[in-house]
Amino acid sequence: MKTFRIGGVHPDDKKLSAGKAIERLGLPRQAVFPLSQHIGAPATAVVKKGDEVKVGTKIAEAGGFVSAPIYSSVSGKVNKIDTVTDASGYRKPAIFIDVDGDEWEASIDRSEDIVKECTLLPEEIIKKISAAGVVGMGGACFPTHVKLSPPPGCKADCIIINAVECEPYLTADHRLMLEKPEQILIGVTILMKAAKVDKAYIGIESNKPDAIALMTQKAAEFPGIEVVPLKVKYPQGGEKQLIDAVIGRQVPAPPAIPINVGAIVQNVGTVYAVYEAVQKNKPLFERIVTVTGKSLKTTSNFLVRMGTPISQLIDAAGGMPEDTGKVISGGPMMGKALADIESPVCKGTSGVLLINEKEAVRREPSPCIRCAKCVSACPMGLEPYLIATLSVNGMWERLEKESVMSCIECGSCQFTCPSHRPMLDYIRLGKGKVGAMIKARNMKKQ
Amino acid sequence: MANKLIVSLSPHVHGGDTVSKNMYGVLIALIPAFIVSIAVFGVGAFIVTLTSVAACIFFEWAITKYILKRDKTTILDGSAALTGVLLAFNLPSNFPIWMIIIGALVAIGVGKMTFGGLGCNVFNPALIGRVFLLISFPVAMTSWPQTGQYDLYTDAVTGATPLALMKSAMHGDATALQQLPDALSLFLGNNPGSLGEVSALALLIGLAYMLWKKIITWHIPVSIILTVFVFSGIMHLVNPETYAGPVVHILTGGLMLGAIFMATDYVTSPMSHKGMIIYGIGIGFLTVVIRLFGAYPEGMSFAILIMNAFTPLINTYFKPKKFGEAKTK
Repeated sequence: MKTFRIGGVHPDDKKLSAGKAIERLGLPRQAVFPLSQHIGAPATAVVKKGDEVKVGTKIAEAGGFVSAPIYSSVSGKVNKIDTVTDASGYRKPAIFIDVDGDEWEASIDRSEDIVKECTLLPEEIIKKISAAGVVGMGGACFPTHVKLSPPPGCKADCIIINAVECEPYLTADHRLMLEKPEQILIGVTILMKAAKVDKAYIGIESNKPDAIALMTQKAAEFPGIEVVPLKVKYPQGGEKQLIDAVIGRQVPAPPAIPINVGAIVQNVGTVYAVYEAVQKNKPLFERIVTVTGKSLKTTSNFLVRMGTPISQLIDAAGGMPEDTGKVISGGPMMGKALADIESPVCKGTSGVLLINEKEAVRREPSPCIRCAKCVSACPMGLEPYLIATLSVNGMWERLEKESVMSCIECGSCQFTCPSHRPMLDYIRLGKGKVGAMIKARNMKKQ
Repeated sequence: MANKLIVSLSPHVHGGDTVSKNMYGVLIALIPAFIVSIAVFGVGAFIVTLTSVAACIFFEWAITKYILKRDKTTILDGSAALTGVLLAFNLPSNFPIWMIIIGALVAIGVGKMTFGGLGCNVFNPALIGRVFLLISFPVAMTSWPQTGQYDLYTDAVTGATPLALMKSAMHGDATALQQLPDALSLFLGNNPGSLGEVSALALLIGLAYMLWKKIITWHIPVSIILTVFVFSGIMHLVNPETYAGPVVHILTGGLMLGAIFMATDYVTSPMSHKGMIIYGIGIGFLTVVIRLFGAYPEGMSFAILIMNAFTPLINTYFKPKKFGEAKTK
């Protein structure tokens, strides 16, 4: 079975909610929409206090090319435009809407029918995806239409669908594949048309045999789509690792991006959003969120309206257990620890994970014993012990030479370190400094 | 409740590996060799090992507390005990207690704590101790008890090790090579030598355990053993009368012990797989050079210490292959 070539670790799977069918979560009393839910420029609000909105009404316009509009997931009245603590822990501008009833925009096709035909031209598809506010749903939230518009001189020859879900605990993508396989495959066909390629691969890790079987069976009717089972290894869901695993090409060091080796990677959740946007006229305002944790009464996969406070998801799963030490938005390897559980569900919220106090506390670090386990684990072929130490000592030029900017922050180094050193904290610091240094240098050149 | 949440950066989980798990893992891997040493040398093996471990732990504790004046000692993480066992395994079973204590003081005091303790030392502490003893007490360090004297300690009758016989052959003793034990008894361990080095089989079981538990990777031991095999094999083909065969070379002396347990010491070995192989080749080559052309019959300790000195250089020049540098499949 295929997998990526360098490094990787094997965290415990703990897919507690894999058997739980997707459930629709009830409406919130108030929905909150941060204006910055994606990589790129924040969106700009197009509603003001007191405006009436319906489900699917555009409430914020894209703030540039690399940006995405935001749609209301509820009907009701705009209460205020204020700030809210989002998953990053910072207060960010957001639109607050008081919920009243559940009235949808008439343009949205709410039927259960599967629409297979798509007669739109590639440019029209990309425009529609862009207008619907679709961004990468795996967590990074990169606007999807940007990935589908390659820079001049680059040409994609295949699309790779990321259905790896290599983070422990998370099962949102897994459930989506089991429950909406045809919609996903139609979505892939639409993306292939938009990117003008005739080959697509769906990469699924072998810990989801039911999804592999179902998708393989259904894909037989769709020409050019191939399901690729992958060996379980973290971080296979990393874009670069996935391309290496599936088609054996390695994206060179930054600033190179996947399109430089002819590949476009899209998350399976994104593909479903593309299907809904293009075929059902439904902008992105709902998503599947796994709510999980060892001490929770029940684990679930909820279909959630965006803007719903995360506390409501936890209540629906039986309330916050007494021993909770940390609430994480996303998975345990790359997710963000929440400072406030009233933070809203955003486009990139793939899961809510509750970790008990005992596991949440970091152990005290001891001196590095130079065991080289971090070097073996690093999927980018870096030397985490070295770049962490260089960051501690503020040796930024040397740090740049050691390719700190290639780090994808997957956390494999810290996960594997027997001395429990907080390497990634320091590496992030170094990345920040070196990134600023490179930016300043480029400005000078221009 | 909500105001008690812990906020930190990812990753939020840990694989559960710890320093002491690795150290105790190595100690477990040394058990087969310890059992063989008791079976071959009896009570002496027991006394030497116990004294060495106790002395190493004591010196680490005393130095941390009274000289470095740190509140936290690292004596429980298993690293001092490991140094103690490795030092003992490099000594003959009739080695006097007071000399062992001096060796332990040098190993922990000079080899480890002067550099700042665990993780900071340049040279393998156990080997620093061993080489210090070898230079200070050459006679005691090179008189090896015959096997099977279970109740004798310092009064055991001594005999020549296979490596000493090989050295005599090089100095013109035509019959020396014929006196070598056969490969099977070298493999199982029924011949004179340092405590832990006699049985290649027991050491290989330890290697298998450490590879299974992912404590070490194969790169260092395999590259050392292969290099010694190839290089000594070539010399044997050139002159079979003077130079013993490659199988005898890899089964004798501290080669297996060094390749599996001493050269793989985390702190003093290179970080990248490429670097580990270079380091292993260096050790293998130097060992054979010292064995065949040097004054000492055994070259493993010196070879490892010399390559320890090269480790920082190897780390600088032999980097792991970065993502994006590999060819398209």
